[in-house]
Amino acid sequence: MDSAFSSADLSAIWITFKLAVVVTIILLLVGTPIAWWLARTRSWWKGPVGAVVALPIVLPPTVIGFYLLVAMGPSGPLGAITQAMGIGLLPFTFAGLVVASVFYSLPFVVQPLQNAFEAIPERALETAATLRASARDTFFSVALPLAKPGLLTATVLGFAHTVGEFGVVLMIGGNIPDKTRVVSVQIYDHVEAMEYVSAHWLSAGMVVFAFIVLLALYTLNPTGRRRS
Amino acid sequence: MHIVSQFAERLLIFICLFAAGQTAHAGEKITIAAASDLKFALDEIVVLFEKAHPADRVEVIYGSSGKFQTQIRQGAPFDLYFSADIAYPRKLKEEGFAASEVQPYALGRIVLWSSELDAAKMTLADLADPSIRKIAIANPKHAPYGKRAEEALKAAGVWDKVEVRLVYGENIAQTAQFVQSGNVQIGIIALSLALNPALAKRGGHALIPDHLHQPLEQGFIITRRAAANKLAQAFAGFMAGSEAREIMSRYGFVLPGKVE
Repeated sequence: MDSAFSSADLSAIWITFKLAVVVTIILLLVGTPIAWWLARTRSWWKGPVGAVVALPIVLPPTVIGFYLLVAMGPSGPLGAITQAMGIGLLPFTFAGLVVASVFYSLPFVVQPLQNAFEAIPERALETAATLRASARDTFFSVALPLAKPGLLTATVLGFAHTVGEFGVVLMIGGNIPDKTRVVSVQIYDHVEAMEYVSAHWLSAGMVVFAFIVLLALYTLNPTGRRRS
Repeated sequence: MHIVSQFAERLLIFICLFAAGQTAHAGEKITIAAASDLKFALDEIVVLFEKAHPADRVEVIYGSSGKFQTQIRQGAPFDLYFSADIAYPRKLKEEGFAASEVQPYALGRIVLWSSELDAAKMTLADLADPSIRKIAIANPKHAPYGKRAEEALKAAGVWDKVEVRLVYGENIAQTAQFVQSGNVQIGIIALSLALNPALAKRGGHALIPDHLHQPLEQGFIITRRAAANKLAQAFAGFMAGSEAREIMSRYGFVLPGKVE
């Protein structure tokens, strides 16, 4: 059994896990205010902002990969910023994968949160206001606890979607061991090198992982329970 | 519902017209799977071939040689397979996936190429310089040019110094693209790509001595599915002709002395 995964495979699993954790945390911090704003606003901007957030669902990963590669490159706007900050260029670095994955997985975190926030009855928030709770207090003591199932869904989908990434990583990752070589790319390399046994181990691992994640999500968070 | 049926009717008419248009074009079509170092050279050869066969069409898909070998074994619809490493088509031939002998068509060469540094004056030893932050090569695991790049770096004694700074392209064309986009300062790519006008006008290249690596012997086969395909045979013959050979050598390929 101990030969099932090579040290390169284990490294890829670790990189993938680390990437998904970092990206999920960032997405929850960035996505929650966006989702809250989208859920509450009556602004004309709601449509355009919502559409921009949802773009990665529709766009092929190659479009995102291509534009990020150009934007983060030496003559792109993001590249200019990171170079001015002394960080250097982001493509082919772990940080670059994090930035790309945040874009790519954003809708999978924002949309469940937005749905959950929209399902909170207006009355609950008004009651909090009449009890002189500040807007901030209302958000943390009333809205966030009521949106807990949405938060769970957002966390799981954000994590799982980042684990499942392939096209974007292939285009901007550079396949560097211990830095940007994630499981999906490692499987691709195994298949190309005709190492089917190794490819099977990692692939079967991914199937089991995905099933357990989704099973946990549906068991802990049955749809419809809160909407009634 | 009326709109739906009207739409379906139009769609049907369109499909019929389209099908009629297709059959009016009575020629044949072949699909070639080719190593991505052939990208520019083979494109030119195909243009010439199609001029000589105006009714027929040749479609070329470029990618890594290793991937195509796997795909052909799994029944991919390719009529010819041009590999950057002759070992791959030889293996397919052994396993009965080929309908022709394995034809060697060229020796490939690798070069140092950069769009910002003056690579023409550089050698592999210069890569040890830590101010070069990233170096691109093709993935040695399944891309022949990557394997040769790794061998050359090892033979030049700089592998240990460059390994942590390597970035791996999925195939040799992606490796060149990493360098071209400026995200990587320098790369080891195919001479045939560095000689392409679009890349040649940006920065220079330095030929890597071929005694530093195993030869990049390249070969093609007609696949089993195209055994009776006249057009595939014709294309194989065209590759041995003087026009095709002239294009190949213009792109820096060393031609085999005799092509059967």
